[in-house]
Amino acid sequence: MIERITLTGGRGKDGRAEQVASVDFAMGNVVSIVGPTGSGKTTLISDLELFADGSTPTGRRVLIDGVTPPAEYREDPSQNPIALITQHTSFLSDLPVGDFLRIHAGVRSRDGVVAEAVVSQTLAFANQLTGEPVLPALRMTELSGGQTRALLIADAVVIGNAPIILLDEIENAGIHRMKALELLRQYRKIFVFVTHDPYIPLLSDFRVVMAAGAMTKVIRSGEAERRLAQRVRVADDLLAGFRERIRSGGEFSADELEAVA
Amino acid sequence: MKLAICAGPATCGKTSVLRHTTRKLLARGSRVAFLKIDVQYAEEDEELAREFGIPTKKVYSGELCPDHCNVMVLGEALEWAEREAADVLLVETAGLCLRCSPYVDGGLGIVVLEATSGMNLPRKIGPMLSLADVAVVTKIDRVSQAEREVFRARILDAAPDIRVREVNALHGIGIDPLVERMRATPDVCGELTLRGNPPVGTCTICVGKKTVGWKSHFGVVRPLENQTFYRGE
Ligand SMILES: Nc1nc2c(ncn2[C@@H]2O[C@H](COP(=O)(O)OP(=O)(O)OP(=O)(O)O)[C@@H](O)[C@H]2O)c(=O)[nH]1
Ligand SMILES: Nc1ncnc2c1ncn2[C@@H]1O[C@H](COP(=O)(O)OP(=O)(O)OP(=O)(O)O)[C@@H](O)[C@H]1O
Ligand SMILES: [Mg+2]
Ligand SMILES: [Mg+2]
Ligand SMILES: [Zn+2]
Repeated sequence: MIERITLTGGRGKDGRAEQVASVDFAMGNVVSIVGPTGSGKTTLISDLELFADGSTPTGRRVLIDGVTPPAEYREDPSQNPIALITQHTSFLSDLPVGDFLRIHAGVRSRDGVVAEAVVSQTLAFANQLTGEPVLPALRMTELSGGQTRALLIADAVVIGNAPIILLDEIENAGIHRMKALELLRQYRKIFVFVTHDPYIPLLSDFRVVMAAGAMTKVIRSGEAERRLAQRVRVADDLLAGFRERIRSGGEFSADELEAVA
Repeated sequence: MKLAICAGPATCGKTSVLRHTTRKLLARGSRVAFLKIDVQYAEEDEELAREFGIPTKKVYSGELCPDHCNVMVLGEALEWAEREAADVLLVETAGLCLRCSPYVDGGLGIVVLEATSGMNLPRKIGPMLSLADVAVVTKIDRVSQAEREVFRARILDAAPDIRVREVNALHGIGIDPLVERMRATPDVCGELTLRGNPPVGTCTICVGKKTVGWKSHFGVVRPLENQTFYRGE
């Protein structure tokens, strides 16, 4: 069982050593990676996914429980403890969702026998993440962006059972991110969110701040930030309410916000 | 001379894989020669010659199945590579008919499959996969991890002893183990023999009789509902 991943600092875009010399991700941690566009957030998690060994452009290294990860991690995706889900990851197979989940669960089970419970648990998980229901009879290629992302996450968590899950800007993809955070917290895993969202970082255990390709700071979210997060949530719910009304054809007056606040 | 034969469906990433392999082999001091066998069009030879300054050649198989063409030309290709002072010959060949396979005993057989091709591909391509030593899976950057796992499991169903190597051939990620495997392959020597049996080719259709329906033919025939059988003397 993995307890800790260490990412040791390399160089930023200017070639100088990163300010943060090393970051530890402990099992159970929820971590956010923040920073402006182009600051190297995606590059950082791809270093994690590739088990960087000093040969990627950043020169970073990944250690698992203090040692260099074994080659099997890279060779066999079912041995790989890291699942990466990005805005662009998608399904290509044209199978019904239920069939595909059964096939994947079959590959994962030692004896080829598929517990139907695993399939229904995966679907139930996905359906808590997205508004439009993911039904077993839908074809995978028919799914919307939000449904696809929800199913990818559910599959990685439940069937793949990956201990480390990397999520690149899933908030833009029609996922209930509060719900996702609550649900994911119930599993003891390392979750790394690359995000432009104001809420997820405040509820994370810590966040890594990126600038010009380098890790510049690690900020632990204390009690104050968690309380702030609750208030951000209220504001966020308010906006979510507006979004929902706009989507469903609502019309507004100029002082609508004051009325709610 | 080391020999690696790389087969795979059109546009699966064979050249991309061999380009990264060539770069890494050259960096480790190997002297690479490249042969492309295709049916009617290819420009890899010019590209790789330009990029790396290595000796390259192409052969159009035309009427022949490219794998059959490979059988015809491979011996002379090794002599050519020898004259060019190479110590590794990389052969890229299109696997088209799906009944043949181009690999020879003593050489390294590499099949390239794209992860984006659908999960049933490994079940469809016969000896091109089952007789290879290494299956290189490309375009893993385009599919979900779940589908990668299923794809890999299906490759191993079709070819239990094969080594599966997943790569992103666009960026050259995952190529190193393939390069090491090539370097560890012994030199080919003596008479080369094809690893698989070629499909039966002597039937009355092959010799030009065009009437449709198995009852009009002799030799190895195949009705719709039954297995292939021999009809005639
Ligand atoms: N995203 C992605 N694209 C790839 C990868 N490998 C190859 N490609 C792309 O796929 C296309 C075909 O690649 P080639 O290497 O030319 O394929 P090939 O098998 O040599 O093709 P033919 O010789 O024409 O049959 C090119 O546009 C490549 O850039 C990969 O791992 N990921
Ligand atoms: N340490 C580094 N050294 C060299 N190049 C880097 C480094 N970090 C990032 N880059 C390069 O900078 C570019 C932008 O990085 P990246 O895509 O990771 O940014 P991002 O923070 O994810 O941006 P966005 O918010 O727009 O998704 C990429 O081309 C990447 O290769
Ligand atoms: Mg990004
Ligand atoms: Mg090619
Ligand atoms: Zn053939």
